[in-house]
Amino acid sequence: MSDIGTYSFRRAQVDLDREEISRPSLSYWQDAWYRIRTNRRTLASLFIVVFMVLVAAFGPILWHFDYDTQDLNQTSKPPWASRSMTVIEPYTPWLDRPAVERWSDTGAPADIQAIGFPSIEFVRLTWSPVQGATRYTIYRTIVDPEGGPLGLPLGNVIGESENSYEDRIDLEQRRYWYSVEATFADGTTAASTLPIDVAAAATLAGAIESGWIDADTDLQPGDTLRTPWHPLGTDYLGRDMLARLMKGAQISLFIGIVAPLLFILLGVVYGSFAGFIGGKTDALLMRFADFVVALPFLLFMILFKLVFGIGAGESGILPMLVALVLLSWPAAARLVRGQILQIREEGYIDASRLLGTKTPRLILRHMIPNTMGVILVTFTFAVPSTIFTEAFLSFIGMGVEPPIPSWGSMCNDGRKTMETTPHELIFPAIFISITVLAFNILGDGLRDALDARMRSTE
Amino acid sequence: MAWYTVKRLIQGIITVWFIATATFWAMHEVPGDPFIGEKAVSPEVEANLKARWGLDKPPLEQYWIFMTNMLQGDFGISFAQESRSVNDIILERFPVSAILGILAIVFAGLGGVLYGALTALYRNQWPDVLIILLVIIGISVPSFVFASVGQLILVVINQILGFNVLPVAGWGDISHMLVPALVLGLGTMAFLTRLMRSSMLEIVSADFIRTARSKGVPAAQVFSRHQLRNAVLPVITVLGPSVASITTGGFVVENIFGIPGLGQSFVLAVQQSDYGVIMGTTVFYGAFLVLMVIIVDLLYAWIDPRVRLE
Repeated sequence: MSDIGTYSFRRAQVDLDREEISRPSLSYWQDAWYRIRTNRRTLASLFIVVFMVLVAAFGPILWHFDYDTQDLNQTSKPPWASRSMTVIEPYTPWLDRPAVERWSDTGAPADIQAIGFPSIEFVRLTWSPVQGATRYTIYRTIVDPEGGPLGLPLGNVIGESENSYEDRIDLEQRRYWYSVEATFADGTTAASTLPIDVAAAATLAGAIESGWIDADTDLQPGDTLRTPWHPLGTDYLGRDMLARLMKGAQISLFIGIVAPLLFILLGVVYGSFAGFIGGKTDALLMRFADFVVALPFLLFMILFKLVFGIGAGESGILPMLVALVLLSWPAAARLVRGQILQIREEGYIDASRLLGTKTPRLILRHMIPNTMGVILVTFTFAVPSTIFTEAFLSFIGMGVEPPIPSWGSMCNDGRKTMETTPHELIFPAIFISITVLAFNILGDGLRDALDARMRSTE
Repeated sequence: MAWYTVKRLIQGIITVWFIATATFWAMHEVPGDPFIGEKAVSPEVEANLKARWGLDKPPLEQYWIFMTNMLQGDFGISFAQESRSVNDIILERFPVSAILGILAIVFAGLGGVLYGALTALYRNQWPDVLIILLVIIGISVPSFVFASVGQLILVVINQILGFNVLPVAGWGDISHMLVPALVLGLGTMAFLTRLMRSSMLEIVSADFIRTARSKGVPAAQVFSRHQLRNAVLPVITVLGPSVASITTGGFVVENIFGIPGLGQSFVLAVQQSDYGVIMGTTVFYGAFLVLMVIIVDLLYAWIDPRVRLE
């Protein structure tokens, strides 16, 4: 150690090549955009989000069905339902009832048959009567009775020689099992059954009135017409599902995007104010934010909705927006305050100050850009949870007012018929799920791209 | 720890006071009153009824009466169900919601920790991929869709088997609780799984894991003693907020499955403009949620001493 002399130290070689920066320098946002572009999942979810926004913006304008036009002859049609319909003559009362040609010899009504074309307009039955019968009861069921219960009694015809019945009660396009039961004087009964396929049909006038065909269309009774195409089917009032889903996208996305924009803006102002002022004011402001967080969110959403009230003809969107903003801002306020407090203590702020930077420039160049990333990520995660809240409130009937559709209220409507026509529940559910999922994945991607500290460990 | 407990309790009491005050003034602003209805009442009767419910007094005095009643544990009376106190309704309905909620939390907690640990253990293998896929579905599908579809599946299963494996709706014994509780817990379970997974993966690279490994602790023991135990900690912190989200979900699940809980009675009260029940239930639920958050915080402070030293 003692013999360290001046010769132990040599002048270091200066290697200028090593100092050179070989890649172009990227700004924060350029880097973020690069990360988003190269992450396939984020990019895909971004496309879905943009697509949904476009659908909401232009879909209802381009699509020729209205969201509130009802077609009661086309209720609850799944997209795969047949669109063919037979044109029939206008209904005329059944006057020329058939005469009895032969009597049944089996002890029960025999030779049941449909007269004419069995359609949803009417089904006309005739049979061979039984000697000794006092009345005939006609039953209808949608499953094969196979000796079991005959189903719904439609009516009676009284008299031994009665041999016809006309059914016009609530017929649908499907197979029915018709049973004719003879009741004898001693109270005993005997029945026979016949399955009949009932076809969809419409009169020419009816079809024109429903808007299915033009008034000058050349169609004769017996021809087949095509009912309008509903790509996603119709709902329980015969309204076009696609039109309603697109209108619902407008409502759900409007609330889902505008409410977070507003409450995050409020939170940013509140939080940065508290963070800048500091001290007792800060503590007081943040205490108040804690109280608002502690309010039971859903109960207060409903309370606020009661407070604002909804007049006739109003959509209920505005009260929901106000309630969402009033209850949701504290999270963003807390986050921004924390960021501001943290950034204030950063070395680069001190360095910048030492170099003579004035406060406005400090805020513009350092504070805002450094919080923007976190705010954007918070916004992206706030959108799906707000869409959820809206759907949830509309589902329990506390959201938008009918006939305005939202995805939540459509799910609620669809739930009532889910056992027979599940498409009315499944389509809005899929729309909600895909949108929420896309926003969530986009949020993950944005967090990875914008917030170095929160980069996920995947 | 004692000081921390006292501090949290005082904060909690102030918070509950704030909730009660906000509820009172919000309800005071609600347009209309219970006398607007199909049954017209004479002015004398209306005056009598208002006097009975204290509605003829100035707002500040009403507020004072409301607060003193609340302090004595009296949550008011129902306007729609005659001569029933809100306490009565809460006593009847809340245990149902509580059992359902506890069961849902148990499902969510156990499922979340188990699946989260599994994904971390089989990272990037098929169990991980499958569970992540389920998590994505769990996070992006709303609880009312789960509930509706769950009910539909139950109907189909019962039809195929020809007897009722589990009842489709209603309330009674444990068989009525399983499916609603599972449906209620699914969203939280997905959230907890994701949290558990990232917490497990974070801990893998912690110093104490490396130390344990280099000391020659067997891998299974490192996993169970060091990794799992520490990874569960963050899961406990979100249990408090989870109680709130499960309460929210309970509203829908109770309505869909026809369960006579507090959520169902609240929705009914809103439809009937039963202000007494709305006010009482809101304050009660608010206080309950505050209490839950405090309990979880204390639990966490007890498990992880770093928190209470802050």
